[in-house]
Amino acid sequence: MATDTGALDTFPKFLLDNAKKFGERPAMRHKDFGIWQTWTWAEMLEEIRNFSVGLKALGLKRGDKVAVVGSNRPRLYWSFCAIQAIGGVPIPVYADSVAEEMTYVLQHAEVRFAIVQDQEQVDKLLSIKDELPALETLVYDWQRGLGDYEEPFLHHFGEVQAEGKKLLAQSGAEAEWLAGINEGKGADLSVMLYTSGTTGKPKGVMLSYDNLVVSSQNANKFDNFDETDEIIAYLPLAWVGDHIFSYGQSMTAGYCVCCPESPDTVTENRREIAPTYFFAPPRVFEGLLTEIMVRMEDAGNFKKKMFNYFLDVAKQTGERILNGEAVSLMERLKYKLGEFLVYGPLKNRLGMTRMKVGYTAGEAIGPEIFKFYRSLGLNLKQLYGQTEASVYITAQPDGQISADTVGTPSPDVEIEIADNGEVLYRSPGVFMGYYKNEDATKETKTAEGWVHTGDAGFLDSKGHLRIIDRAKDVGKLNNGSMFPPKYIENKLKFFPNIKEAVAIGDGRDYVAVMLNIDLQPVANWAERNNIAYASYQELANHPMVYDMMAEHVDQVNLDLASEERVAGAQISRFLVLHKELDADDGELTRTMKVRRSLINERYDALIDALYDGSNEKHVETEVVFEDGRKGSISATVQIRDVELHEPLHQSGAMKEAAQ
Amino acid sequence: MNAPAMNLHSGRDDGIAVGEELLSVSNVTLRFGGVTAISDISFDILKGEIRAIIGPNGAGKTSMLNVINGFYHPQEGTIKFRGEERSRMRPYEAAASGIARTFQNVALFTGMSTLDNIMSGRSLKMNKNFLTQMFYYGPARDEEIAHRRRVEEIIDFLEIAHIRRQPVGKLPYGLQKRVELGRALALEPDLLLLDEPMAGMNLEEKEDMSRFIVDVNQQFGTTIALIEHDMGVVMDLADRVVVLDYGKKIADGEPNEVQADQNVIDAYLGVPH
Repeated sequence: MATDTGALDTFPKFLLDNAKKFGERPAMRHKDFGIWQTWTWAEMLEEIRNFSVGLKALGLKRGDKVAVVGSNRPRLYWSFCAIQAIGGVPIPVYADSVAEEMTYVLQHAEVRFAIVQDQEQVDKLLSIKDELPALETLVYDWQRGLGDYEEPFLHHFGEVQAEGKKLLAQSGAEAEWLAGINEGKGADLSVMLYTSGTTGKPKGVMLSYDNLVVSSQNANKFDNFDETDEIIAYLPLAWVGDHIFSYGQSMTAGYCVCCPESPDTVTENRREIAPTYFFAPPRVFEGLLTEIMVRMEDAGNFKKKMFNYFLDVAKQTGERILNGEAVSLMERLKYKLGEFLVYGPLKNRLGMTRMKVGYTAGEAIGPEIFKFYRSLGLNLKQLYGQTEASVYITAQPDGQISADTVGTPSPDVEIEIADNGEVLYRSPGVFMGYYKNEDATKETKTAEGWVHTGDAGFLDSKGHLRIIDRAKDVGKLNNGSMFPPKYIENKLKFFPNIKEAVAIGDGRDYVAVMLNIDLQPVANWAERNNIAYASYQELANHPMVYDMMAEHVDQVNLDLASEERVAGAQISRFLVLHKELDADDGELTRTMKVRRSLINERYDALIDALYDGSNEKHVETEVVFEDGRKGSISATVQIRDVELHEPLHQSGAMKEAAQ
Repeated sequence: MNAPAMNLHSGRDDGIAVGEELLSVSNVTLRFGGVTAISDISFDILKGEIRAIIGPNGAGKTSMLNVINGFYHPQEGTIKFRGEERSRMRPYEAAASGIARTFQNVALFTGMSTLDNIMSGRSLKMNKNFLTQMFYYGPARDEEIAHRRRVEEIIDFLEIAHIRRQPVGKLPYGLQKRVELGRALALEPDLLLLDEPMAGMNLEEKEDMSRFIVDVNQQFGTTIALIEHDMGVVMDLADRVVVLDYGKKIADGEPNEVQADQNVIDAYLGVPH
C-alpha cells in the first residue's frame, strides 16, 4: 500500500495512509461531557494537521524536542504526530512527577516546547521555567483556571489549531506540510522516553521510527490486530507500553484508541467500550478480582452458590477449552451454561466481553489470578519487555500459556542467556542509545547489538523464557546452587496468608526464609477454626499457624524442585516474624518493597538462629509508632525445619532416557 | 469537535460593571424574639469579587447569609440587589433573581445521583410544563438535552465525572460538598453564597475546594460571598472581608487590613473583660 509519500516508515506517513484507507473508521474516542465523542481517521488527520501547522508557526523546527505532559487525552496523542510531522521529537513525561524530577528531564532533553494538559501542569512548568533556559513555548489543552494567565508564551491548543487552519487556507501551505513529512526517514529519532530511574538519574531512551514501526507491526501480526480493534488508553503516556499500544500499534494497524473521561473513570469507561485488546499490570487484574469477590460476598445465597459452582466448572474446563485441548461434551455443555449465567455477565462487568487478547507484564502475576481470568475464556497472556526493546522481548503465543513463563521470543527477537544467568536480547526494536549518555549506552548495549536486560532467567525445555530475579540480586549458595531471593519470595507471597517473605541464602549453606503472616486472612482462618489469640504476635507464633506456613513452604519447595535451575534453592528452615515489616520502621520502602540490607542488620540474631540449628530464639526489636515514639517488643520466635524434595529434572531425565 | 468555550455565567445584562455594587446591606437588624442576632449591619458586595464574612461562633454569619437569600426577614434595614431595594422575598424568589447558596451542613438529596442532584438545580430554568416533560417529547426533550449539557459542563469543571451515577449519600463528605457547589452553579447565579464550604475537610480537600472557588470566580465571573472559619483560607481567597462579632460588624476591608485590626484580634483571641 504505497502512497505518494513513499515507503511507510514514519508515523505521520502512516497517518496519511490511514486517513486514505480507513477515512471513515474511528481512530480515536474520548468521553467528554458524559458522551463518547469519536474522531475518524480523516477527522483526526485534520486535527493533527491544523495543530502541526500551528506549531510550526509558533517556531517549532526539525529536531526540536517537545515535552508532552498529561493524562491520556486525544490532544496529547495528536501532539505526538503533529510534532513528528515537522520533524520534532516528542518527549512524554510522567504527569505526576514533581517539579524537580521534571526539571531534570526537561533540562537534559533541552526541550523548546511543552504541550501540557491543564493548569496543574502549566503551574508546575512556570515554577521551574527559570531553570529551563531552552523552554520557549507552552501549549495547554484544558483552559480551566488559565483564563487570566498573561504569559505571552502560553497558548491554548485550540488557538494553535485555529492559527494552523488559517495558514492552511493559503495556497501551498498544505504541500509544504506534506513535504515536511516526506523529509522524515525511518532511521530518524522518533521519540525519547525517560526511564523512571529507580537507580540514579533517569536516562533518555532514544527510539527511532524503524524501532517502533517494526516492533508495532510485528506485534500486530503476532496477535492479529487490524483496524477493527479497539483499546482503552489509560497508562502513563511516558511509559513505552502506552506509546506502543496506544500510538505505535494504532498507527500501524489502524485501530481505535479510546481515552477515558478521567483517570478515576477507567473501569466504568472500559465497561462501556469493551476493548478488544487490553493491557494491565498484575495489580489491576488482582484489584478487579478482589472487587468481584467482595461484591459476591454481599450477594444472595442462591447467586453465591451458582457463582461458586460455575467458577469450579470454569476452573476445570475453561483453560482446556481455551488451549484447544480435548474436552468432553458434558463438560462443554456445563461450560456453555456457565457462560450464559455467570461468565458472560461477569466479563461484561469487567469490560472484557470483546477482549481478543489481554496482556499482563511488569511483575509476576499470581497463578491463581492468572488462571481465574483464563478459565473465564479470556485470552490473557504474559509478555516481557523493556523500554530499550520497544517493549517486546518475549510474549506467549496463543495456546502456549503458563503462569510462570513470559513466553517465547517475539518475532525478530534473538535471546541469549549469559553465564551469570542474565538475559540478553537483540532485535530490530533495540534502541539507538541513551540521550547524551555514551557510557550508559555502552554498558547496556554491546557492539554486536546485544542488550543487557539486568534480569536473570532461563529458557525452559519448551523454549519459554522464565524470569527469576534481577541479575544483581541473584546469589549463590556455598554448594554452588543458584539462589534467586525474589523468585522464592514471590512464590511464597502468592499464598494469601503470607504478606511478606525475606529469603536468605547468598554465601550460606542452605536457604532460609522469614515470613510475615497477612493478618486479615489468617485472622479470618483463626476465627473459623476457633483459635484464640490476643495479638498479632501471639497469632504469628501459634503452632497451627506454623503448621499452615510449613505446608506453604513445602508447596514452594515442590515447585522449586520441578525447575532444573533453581531446584537447589529449596527452603530448609523458616520462621514467622513476631512483628509486621513496616515502612515506618524502615523495613519496607514506601512502595512496599523489602529493604534487604536493613532487615539483615535488624534481625541478625534471628538470622544467626536460622543457621545455628536452634529451634527458638528470644529477641527484642525496637519499633517506631506512627506518632514517632519508640518502643520495643520482645518475643520468642520458633524456627522450623522443612523436608526437601528430590529435584525432578524432567527435561534432564527425559534426555537421559532418550539416550 | 472542539468543546465550546464554557460559559456557565448567565450573562444577564444587568448593567452592572465589574467592581460596581451588586448587593448592599444597610442597617440591617434581625431579632428572634428578645435575641438580637444581627444588629445594625451595613456592607456591600461588589460585582466579581470574593467577599468573605468571618467571625467567631455565634457572630451571626449564617443569619446574615439567610437574610441575603430571603430565608429570614430582618426587622429593620434594607437590602438592595442590583440596585433595586428588595421587599419581603422568599428563598425561591431569591434563587430566581440569581442568588444561589450552599449550606453549612450538606443539604443534598442523598438518595439521588450526583447527576440528578445537579440537574435539580436547573429546575428553575426549565419552563416546559410537567405534562410534556412527562412524555419527554419534542421541545421538552430538547430542553432536557440542553440542560443536561450545562450540567455535564459543571461535572467536568468540578471533576466529579467518576461519581456521576452514584447516590450522593454514599459519597465522602468532601465530594458531597463539591456536588452541592455544583448544584448551586447549575443555577448560573450572579451571586453565590457559600456557607462554610470547607468545614470539616482535610487539608487536601480544602485546597481543592479553594481552587474551585477561585476558578468559578475567574472563569464565570460569579460574585461569591463566603463564610469561613479557616483564616488561612479566607486570607488567600477573599478580596475583601467583613468581620462580625456578637451580631455587630467590627471590621471591613482587605484581608491584611482586617488581620491587623485590634478589634478582630480581640474577638478571635478574647480579651479580659
